[in-house]
Amino acid sequence: MNKEKILSIRDLSISFMTTAGEANAIRGVKLDLYKGETLAIVGESGSGKSVTVKAIMGILSGNGSVKEGTIDFTYERNGETVHQDLLKLTKKEMRRRINGKRIAMVFQDPMTSLNPTMTIGKQIMEGMRCHYKTPKKEAYEKAVSLLSLVGITEPEKRMKCYPHQLSGGMRQRVVIAIALSCDPEVLICDEPTTALDVTIQAKILELIKEIQDRTGISVIYITHDLGVVAKVADYVAVMYAGKIVEKGLAEEVFYDPRHPYTWGLLSAMPDLNTSDEALYTIPGSPYNLMGKGKGDAFADRNAFALNIDYRMEPPMFQVTDTHYAATWLLHENAPEVGMPDALKNRISRMRKEA
Amino acid sequence: MEDEKKPLLEVTELKQYFKVSRKYEVKAVDGVSFRIYPGETYGLVGESGSGKSTIGRSLIRLYKPTSGEVKFQGVTISGSLNREETKHLRTKMQMIFQDPMACLNPRKKVLDIVAQGLDIHGMYKTKEEREEKVYNILRMVGLSKEHASRYPHQFSGGQRQRIGIARALIMDPDLIIADEAISALDVSIQAQVVNLMKEIQAQTGSAILFIAHDLSMVKYISDRIGVLHLGHLVETGTTEEIFGNPIHPYTKSLLSAIPQPDPNGEKKRVALSYDCKEMGIDYNAATSHFIGGQHYVLGTKEEIEKWNKKV
Repeated sequence: MNKEKILSIRDLSISFMTTAGEANAIRGVKLDLYKGETLAIVGESGSGKSVTVKAIMGILSGNGSVKEGTIDFTYERNGETVHQDLLKLTKKEMRRRINGKRIAMVFQDPMTSLNPTMTIGKQIMEGMRCHYKTPKKEAYEKAVSLLSLVGITEPEKRMKCYPHQLSGGMRQRVVIAIALSCDPEVLICDEPTTALDVTIQAKILELIKEIQDRTGISVIYITHDLGVVAKVADYVAVMYAGKIVEKGLAEEVFYDPRHPYTWGLLSAMPDLNTSDEALYTIPGSPYNLMGKGKGDAFADRNAFALNIDYRMEPPMFQVTDTHYAATWLLHENAPEVGMPDALKNRISRMRKEA
Repeated sequence: MEDEKKPLLEVTELKQYFKVSRKYEVKAVDGVSFRIYPGETYGLVGESGSGKSTIGRSLIRLYKPTSGEVKFQGVTISGSLNREETKHLRTKMQMIFQDPMACLNPRKKVLDIVAQGLDIHGMYKTKEEREEKVYNILRMVGLSKEHASRYPHQFSGGQRQRIGIARALIMDPDLIIADEAISALDVSIQAQVVNLMKEIQAQTGSAILFIAHDLSMVKYISDRIGVLHLGHLVETGTTEEIFGNPIHPYTKSLLSAIPQPDPNGEKKRVALSYDCKEMGIDYNAATSHFIGGQHYVLGTKEEIEKWNKKV
């Protein structure tokens, strides 16, 4: 179990200045990413999952500022191992040394992340030419092989295509090819399949997994679709209101969830065996980041909230070596509260099938 | 039993073509037939570009259908309409749109947005009656009276979609077309809106045409399902028939691609691929075949036999 840590985020806090005041988007996030593994960050919109990875990439929007914390990135340069706090680098250094070269990102919408005035071949070669000064011919050959790697037929012909000539699924494949062009250590996928159909989504997810097996890169997924998470993730972190409320191995989070918010997320998604009764819902609407109230941010929406939830924020409780959850329900003095019955039934059914 | 019930909406061979240039025409919907009975939910699924939204928009006459017949409560609504027919269509069929941000007028208060239908059709006598009607509907969709005097931007996504639903409901429609009504919402909010739609259906007895690409939601809400691909309805039947015994390879590939919150099962599963060109399936040569119950599959005779054998 000697896994290499590639990224380690410690106590990251980020806030945004808005007209309505300061919004604390990230409040003390702690995360690790190991070599060759897949980490999935789940949560609803506004939970801060995208902001976390934008901080890693150094592309926070102008009104955002990092309050505290470190993002340690370990990589190899000319055979040496280098540790670097990404938050200490200037934007220019990030651009030259990290973005695209070491950490690449796939965005949600393939329509807007490609340049409509350049052929896709040129766009794939751009990164290599820029970062590694690869000769044109070599870059061309690599681009062709990347296109066939991501499953595009007749790659030579496609090199000359413009983005509008391709379908949505093809475009997302091209974006992945661009991200992989500089052999990055980390690939970040921000909702890579939300804009796509289920059939194409399944293909893209399988593709990323296949590439990961072949090249051994680490992947961070950001999504709100728990089905996607189940398909790809080794390790899952559930975020709510800028904090990680539960993290653990995929099996642990899906088969033995401990946080009421995770229960809610899992039950709100109907699976194909859900019968006709009403769907479980998480009451209320997402947390307002402006507020700086005392207590747990989820307390108002939590059917299992204890008295203490309104007064103090719960710390991370350890469930197993790898599984943590931030809820007072895990405290030794807490009353015995189990997950909703419907969810319990579903999990036991899934376990039986597995 | 089904023969006795009179269909609320009867679509026969609906075709919707769009002229792109003089020589080129897009066949968005190419000969689709289905029926919706009063009080039921019919789910339309398919990938993007399969024509599911186009069908919804043709039915409510945002487009003029190229050919085919649409009968709504016994009245043909696919041809040109006179005033009375238009009024009938505009009141009894309502639509809920995909993007709750884009479909509400940002310069109007919720009260006026919801009451717009009433205003146009003159469905109230006094101002008080108008307000009373709006308040009732808002209560029904889980919003309060105070919300009526606010503007759309003051609401969250889920609340905005509730306003969209309220606006559709105030006309007391017999058919609601929900075009990807929940795709733009968060998972936890999706469940709230779906529950709301089910509740409202139980209360008012209106039928819903539920257009979506999320199959697990469609399965949950629909009584019957139609699977669309490239403008053709490849398979239709009750929810049990489609999910329990899918015949058409496209339906199978769709079903195999639904992600499930089950890591162990999910990691083993590989989605089936489907390419009608490679498999030599020509929709234009195919006809609709009866399988049993309400289950119909599009295909030639040989194809159906082949697909059946594989099962």
